[in-house]
Amino acid sequence: MIEKKANGAPPVMLDSRVRSILATDCGSTTTKAILIEQKDGHYRLVVRGEAPTTVEAPFEDVTRGVLNAVKEVEELCGRTLLDGDRIITPQEGDRGVDLYLSTSSAGGGLQMMVSGVVKSMTGESAQRAALGAGAIVMDVIAANDGRRPHEKIQRIRSLRPDMILLSGGVDGGTVAHVVELAELLVAADPKARLGSQFSLPVVYAGNKDARHLVEERLGPHVALSVTDNLRPTLEHENLGPARQEIHELFMEHVMQHAPGYPKLLSWTHVPVMPTPGAVGLIIEKIAKREGITVIGVDIGGATTDVFSVFQDVFNRTVSANLGMSYSISNVMAEAGLPNILRWVPFDVDERDLRNRIKNKMIRPTTIPQTLEELAIEQAISREALRLAFEQHKSLAVGLKGVQQERTISDTFAQTHSGATLVNLAHLDLLVGSGGVLSHAPRRVQSALMMIDAFLPEGFTELAVDSIFMMPQLGVLSTVHEQAAAEVFDRDCLIRLGTVIAPVGRGKEGQSCLKVRVEGPDGVKEAEVRYGDMALLPLPEDGEARVKVTADPERGFDLGAGKGKPVTREVRGGVVGLVIDARGRQPFELPADPKKRIERLRMWNKTLGIYPKEL
Amino acid sequence: MAHSYTPGLRVSEHTVIRRERRLPIKGEVLVARGDRVRANDPVARTLLPGNVQTVNVANLLGCDPVDVPKVLALSIGAALAKGDVIAKRKGMFGFGESKVPSPVSGVLESCSEVTGQVILREPPMPIEVDAYIDGVVVEVMEGEGVVVEAPAAFVQGIFGVGGETNGELAVAVGGPSEKLTAERLTPDLRGKVVIGGSYVSFDLLKKAVSLGVKAVIVGGFDDRDLRELMGYDLGVAITGTENIGLTLVLTEGFGHMPMADRTFRLLSGLAGKPASVSGATQIRAGVLRPEIVVPLAAESLARADDRRSLGMEIGSLIRGIREPFFGRIGKVAELPPELAALETEAHVRVLAAEFDGKVSVVPRANVELIEG
Repeated sequence: MIEKKANGAPPVMLDSRVRSILATDCGSTTTKAILIEQKDGHYRLVVRGEAPTTVEAPFEDVTRGVLNAVKEVEELCGRTLLDGDRIITPQEGDRGVDLYLSTSSAGGGLQMMVSGVVKSMTGESAQRAALGAGAIVMDVIAANDGRRPHEKIQRIRSLRPDMILLSGGVDGGTVAHVVELAELLVAADPKARLGSQFSLPVVYAGNKDARHLVEERLGPHVALSVTDNLRPTLEHENLGPARQEIHELFMEHVMQHAPGYPKLLSWTHVPVMPTPGAVGLIIEKIAKREGITVIGVDIGGATTDVFSVFQDVFNRTVSANLGMSYSISNVMAEAGLPNILRWVPFDVDERDLRNRIKNKMIRPTTIPQTLEELAIEQAISREALRLAFEQHKSLAVGLKGVQQERTISDTFAQTHSGATLVNLAHLDLLVGSGGVLSHAPRRVQSALMMIDAFLPEGFTELAVDSIFMMPQLGVLSTVHEQAAAEVFDRDCLIRLGTVIAPVGRGKEGQSCLKVRVEGPDGVKEAEVRYGDMALLPLPEDGEARVKVTADPERGFDLGAGKGKPVTREVRGGVVGLVIDARGRQPFELPADPKKRIERLRMWNKTLGIYPKEL
Repeated sequence: MAHSYTPGLRVSEHTVIRRERRLPIKGEVLVARGDRVRANDPVARTLLPGNVQTVNVANLLGCDPVDVPKVLALSIGAALAKGDVIAKRKGMFGFGESKVPSPVSGVLESCSEVTGQVILREPPMPIEVDAYIDGVVVEVMEGEGVVVEAPAAFVQGIFGVGGETNGELAVAVGGPSEKLTAERLTPDLRGKVVIGGSYVSFDLLKKAVSLGVKAVIVGGFDDRDLRELMGYDLGVAITGTENIGLTLVLTEGFGHMPMADRTFRLLSGLAGKPASVSGATQIRAGVLRPEIVVPLAAESLARADDRRSLGMEIGSLIRGIREPFFGRIGKVAELPPELAALETEAHVRVLAAEFDGKVSVVPRANVELIEG
């Protein structure tokens, strides 16, 4: 297949004739480049290079960082990819690559303000549309958000977003409320973040009957584009067209005004995607391909993104101020110090811990040198992940305001419209990404951080992104599904193993469950008491399968009902089979600090978390 | 790994400082190129558009939105004072009259026949930008602002709170390792920029505010006290707009931290001179650090030593910026190219550093160059 790029760049092959692919991700601090090559009919990762991102002064040109990262790839693979300041495409002999792609979150990513008439209905749908497109949502303005009109106007004025998504009303419904929002926008006269001389892009995806009224009001003041209503009826959400429009405007307006991006756009064979949008795409594809439910998390220095696919519905949220460097202090502010301290396996002075966290915030590039420092960072990461997941659960919900037909049993179950779609008992795969998870010195540390933060129930497989290349594979999957899937399976995803966590509460020391593993190396069995953890080895190869039978005691549920055994085939993994009998619903750590530290040390020892006791 | 070490904070005896002084929106520049300005002189001013208030006339008068233009008592664009009637309507059968008074003074900007609301805009608010440092206007950006330049001594801090201020430099401790004490915080420090050594407590900072001190420059401060000072836990390091009564600049970090010798010597040597201070810190995107600028006489311009780091080499002076060597000053003893395992088992690039005569291995990410 030959495709022509919209901007007139050379045509590009998008089939098995592609011999090599270069893909970059321009992050807020680092630009990462990967080189993929075809060998024996299969695509594999060859090398990875990185360099500081150069969007800010003194360079103010993103392509400098891209070229530096590609230079590192050149040095590591021993091939020539650059001709001066140009990426050689297509590949000529041993020089250059056939395909070049990029994602970007540099300069703060895509920052949006969204608005809808009713906060919990069109407001929430608009928020989901923007988040799904890879944006950070700075605020949701709604007719019923409790703020007075002049307060909303002040807020819109002070935000300086990259783009605004205006929605509201179902098709055929009243037009007055959404027109009122348009009038507020005109009065506020919002300015674009990257320069007040540019027209601010605004997407209108509301009641179609109000289109002409919105166009009349906003048309002369902003760069307005109109697309299908994202909530055409109360029972139906239609986010695709709004997301598509956001992507296009991101390319046409926002990217064109960011330093060096026009040049970058002229180099890539397909449009640059916002990084979280690309990660979301790959998570969505895994869920679809394997027919499973997935949660993905990417914990960065400034933000934490959570993605999920449950009931075939994809959701993405970004916690803009939860991260491990720039935002580390905000994790403490939001979680509270006691919640961080509960994961630290030794006594630490509160004043000292506060100062350490702030010192990491002001020197964000430093790394833990001692085991104590590592344990503290990993304690903070548990809280960052937990909070980001809480936010995700509250937005990954069914549509609110929908009339539901109820049976008698529904009434007793107390279900309501807008309940979260995230069901940990049905979660098949939990994937972690980002420095603290991808680069933890021991993989079992990543596994335990994810278990403690997400508290999976029943059987859940765990994996990490080896070197954080999901963004590049996400954008690659839009044009070359085979290459993206092969590299994802063989080089990107590291299968850690499976965690088995019975739901229920018991007495410490009482028997909780028995586990039997039948694998190529014979049969292994374990009996685990309530309050304990255990680790059984699995084949390291993620493609290997073993049969696992878990038999919970009465009062504990692994998904088949209380006290009912479950047999599953589980994949191999480098960590193994983690049995977590610490209880769920609730999961509680001992309140007494001495006892808590004792328990943490015991679990760490059982799983081999640290090389020595802390 | 193009950058495996952290460029350090600048501490310079003689350099040229240029500061852009820009209005938030277009306005009027008040000075010309070549003009000599003082820190507090206004250099540009503008009028910010006034606040907007909306009044839903259709709801208040019980009429159809389409009829709102007919019930307006004033025309679009008309000036109005608070309490002026903006719309009125006769009651049923012509009895009585309902009126809508304006909640603010300003102009009637627009009215909508769809929503029935009227938009009122309050009068514009004048704002001025000052020169911030004593210097010379070297560039005028028409309608937007100016660039002010001065030969100066310059110190970058690591973290600050509070906005721009200025005052005479005064030293209130005997050395860089000394804490600021209540006895040394005397009323004659009113209006001054106080150099305070290794640490200041929350109580002393409150005392400094009550004395009218303009700024406090210290090595370290406790995060617990920062929370007291601001009234909340600071989540993201974007500061500069806090209204805490003075500007606080930390040169080293959080905790008890002796001020770097060189920084202390430079600032104490300039005691008595006017200094401009900004606490504004933004660690993400662009990295803005707090600063102390002490303008020097014009003739010293020739001596400006705008040396920038050429990279780390054996013998480079460094500072530890993470435990267990936080705040320690040392020298690079060795720069091994290969990755080394830390106690954490992470494999990273390291260097051997000599701290107080003892050589230790430190991740390169955990030191910064001391730059001039």
